[in-house]
Amino acid sequence: MAKLPTPQMLMASRPELPKESWLDIKPEFAPGSYCYPEKKETMELLHMPNPHDWDPSAEDWNLPENWEQILCDAFEERLQKHRSLKLFMDICVRCGACADKCHFFLGTNDPKNMPVLRAELLRSLYRRDHTMLGKLLGKKVGARDWDKSVVKELFYYAYQCTECRRCSLFCPYGIDTAEITAIVRELMHEVGLGTHWIMDPVKNCSFTGNHLGIKPHSFKEIVEMLADDCETVTGIRPKTPFNEKGHEILFITPSGDVFADPGIYTFMGYLLLFHELDLDYTFSTYASEGGNFGSFTSFNMAKKLNAKMYAEAERLGVKWILGGECGHMWRVVNQYMETYNGPTPPNMTIPKSPITGTVFKNAAATKMVHITEFTADLIRHGKIKLDPSRNDHIITTFHDSCNPARAMGLLEEPRYILKHVCNHFVEMPENTIREQTFCCGAGSGLNTEEIMELRMRSGMPRGNALRYVQQKYGVNHMACCCAIDRATLPPLANYWAPGVNVSGIHELVANALVMKGEAKRTMDLRQEDLPNVDADEAEAEEGR
Amino acid sequence: MLESLLVVLLIGAVAWIGSCIGLTAVFGILLPYVAVLVFLVGIVRRMIYWAKSPVPFAIPTTGGQERSLDFIKQEKFDCPSTKFGVVIRMILEVCLFRSLFRNTQACSFENDQATGGYRVVYYSSKWLWFFSLLFHYCFLIVFLRHFRFFIEPVPCCVSFIEAVDGFLQIGAPRFFLTGGLLLVALVFLLCRRIFNERIRYISLANDYFPLWLLIGIVVSGLCLRYFDKAEIAQVKIFIMGLTHFSPVIQGLDLNGMFIVHLTLVSTLLIYFPYSKLVHMPGVFFSPTRNLPTNTREVRHINPWNPPKQFFTYPEYEDTYRDAMAQAGLPLEKQPDKKS
Repeated sequence: MAKLPTPQMLMASRPELPKESWLDIKPEFAPGSYCYPEKKETMELLHMPNPHDWDPSAEDWNLPENWEQILCDAFEERLQKHRSLKLFMDICVRCGACADKCHFFLGTNDPKNMPVLRAELLRSLYRRDHTMLGKLLGKKVGARDWDKSVVKELFYYAYQCTECRRCSLFCPYGIDTAEITAIVRELMHEVGLGTHWIMDPVKNCSFTGNHLGIKPHSFKEIVEMLADDCETVTGIRPKTPFNEKGHEILFITPSGDVFADPGIYTFMGYLLLFHELDLDYTFSTYASEGGNFGSFTSFNMAKKLNAKMYAEAERLGVKWILGGECGHMWRVVNQYMETYNGPTPPNMTIPKSPITGTVFKNAAATKMVHITEFTADLIRHGKIKLDPSRNDHIITTFHDSCNPARAMGLLEEPRYILKHVCNHFVEMPENTIREQTFCCGAGSGLNTEEIMELRMRSGMPRGNALRYVQQKYGVNHMACCCAIDRATLPPLANYWAPGVNVSGIHELVANALVMKGEAKRTMDLRQEDLPNVDADEAEAEEGR
Repeated sequence: MLESLLVVLLIGAVAWIGSCIGLTAVFGILLPYVAVLVFLVGIVRRMIYWAKSPVPFAIPTTGGQERSLDFIKQEKFDCPSTKFGVVIRMILEVCLFRSLFRNTQACSFENDQATGGYRVVYYSSKWLWFFSLLFHYCFLIVFLRHFRFFIEPVPCCVSFIEAVDGFLQIGAPRFFLTGGLLLVALVFLLCRRIFNERIRYISLANDYFPLWLLIGIVVSGLCLRYFDKAEIAQVKIFIMGLTHFSPVIQGLDLNGMFIVHLTLVSTLLIYFPYSKLVHMPGVFFSPTRNLPTNTREVRHINPWNPPKQFFTYPEYEDTYRDAMAQAGLPLEKQPDKKS
């Protein structure tokens, strides 16, 4: 990876808006501005249409011969399938309210990263075939023909959008760029264009059950190692049930949390919490993925990868599913899952917390509860003992992930938990949080290394807001409830606000959790010494 | 931008010349009938076109806290989980432009003290919201005021609107506030397109044309009332003729400006269904606004939901059975004993 310029240089290097009309500008595939393409074999394995070898920086993308017909037909098909698409093509008035709401535009000043123009790229093609004015007046009214450079442009900008929906919040007609981006990506896949960073996890998930391709025995092994680590910290080894039938709850979380730092600490948090509650639950090595990179590919791929959840819930005979901290996973679970793969299997019932008796009526159909809803309810009913002073060395803020915020409305639950497990909690500026939250800059399958500079640009609004609270209030920690965030925010924080650590909510929960029969805690889940504890005193206490 | 202005001026000029060379019937009778017909048929067709495609997924944008636990307060109208809440959300959206009200402006500072360097602040920015709202409401009131010409006797609500609108009691004929404000709002929206660099960059002829057209309509309307005054009694006889499908034009003294005004309005009606102006009916169809956020509570049906095809558990176990058995994972079927 090339060395990044300083934040000041990065921002100063944003170009002015070009003089030429956007219709006359062709995209340039400079290294660092695009994700690597997917391999032909992977696409073949997944039965994706028109698999072929290609290179984004090459002049010729080796598109299939009748690419224009394929794309026109595919576009027409999507118009017939999605009212949203027809509507969003027709009703935009180009008021520009969305322009400076997009983190990609703020970070790059590339006009085609304004949500309005991102949609116009497709709208211009729609106009040619579907509007009277476009048919009559052509380019005068922003209509244009398909050509190969248009395909390149669509690809380029569909992978400079993280489907975060911030623009849709501000749009007076609710035009949702995520919908448009998702459909443009589907169109690209019709002519065999996809990215490695998305399709490889999709392939893994299709054949091993999770994005990382962790096989069942390895999955078990890793989780047991994490349970050993839990024992090192707390003196208690949490139980790790796998693929067991007859439990009440199936727990599903993104596989990233099993694998990568700092997500593993959040995973350890789950283990410890469930152990303390003596929760009647099981993991599944088959449905071992909460996330869904299929949702960055196509609606049908999302459905396919999601189908394992209910299938496994039925096989194991659980009553409901508890879902871990993840962003796009919850977009799919909250807004698509029941439509894709419902109705739920007959063995499932409306989720009811076995600890507090709370019935989660809001999950009556999907029968899947978000872990922060579950834990906030526990805290409210005083069912877990917490010592927030163990997190006293942390001044934390909270990053709302796009999908829980704008596709679910999960705003208070994580905050409620944080305020009970940490004594020092500071919000970032108000127009950068809650439903107005800014993306980490690398969601929707863009969290890949080769576009690191682009990620730092698109992450600028988030990084900048973080830097503000860091400088002003001494914030040294950012909590989030998304596995992709846990992967993307550390480099972002390191760049924009060095010294800020990133963690999931349940890492902090488990740090504060006072467990029955635990050893005195001298270190946190990362096995770093707790500064407020005198080690000798701790030993003395243990000796007593 | 100038092209659009020229087109509007051209339409006006053609109408004026037409009225001078005895084509008043074409511009005064034929065109308005055609325009209304095109408008109604066009709008209905566009709505049918939208409605023909299903809404496969429930994708409301949640603008606040969801309904979850009892002790957490839900944003009932920004994140509505009930039909009633959705109705309120739509009313707020359509009548008060709720989403536009949230608008912010990103301002960057090179040497901010708080961050010790670059900083972006997102200030609340209500100008677009204010002038859009002003434009739409003034347009509505002006439209309603025109019912004086369509209905005999004049309904008392129309007279009431006029009385309120003219409360300043300036001039004779009395100055209607909404007419002036409508022009102010339109000029603001136009200036925004011309002087804001970003908005200028995204603007197309299809954005300038309706603005110039509306400005043309308002200016010609103001002229008819205050300067090149129309004979109101004659206009009313003419319009009543149109609305009763027995148009009269012989012997009426209709000035050229009136024909220009009528022609521009007809142009707007014809243009409407084929342009971005369909945002008016369109906003009601928007799936990010008009659906409840109860997507985990009630199953949304996708009419083209494809059949399930996925890597099933039996296939998974077949693939990994031996390794799973070695790892001590529960199995549906034990591996064949090796000899």
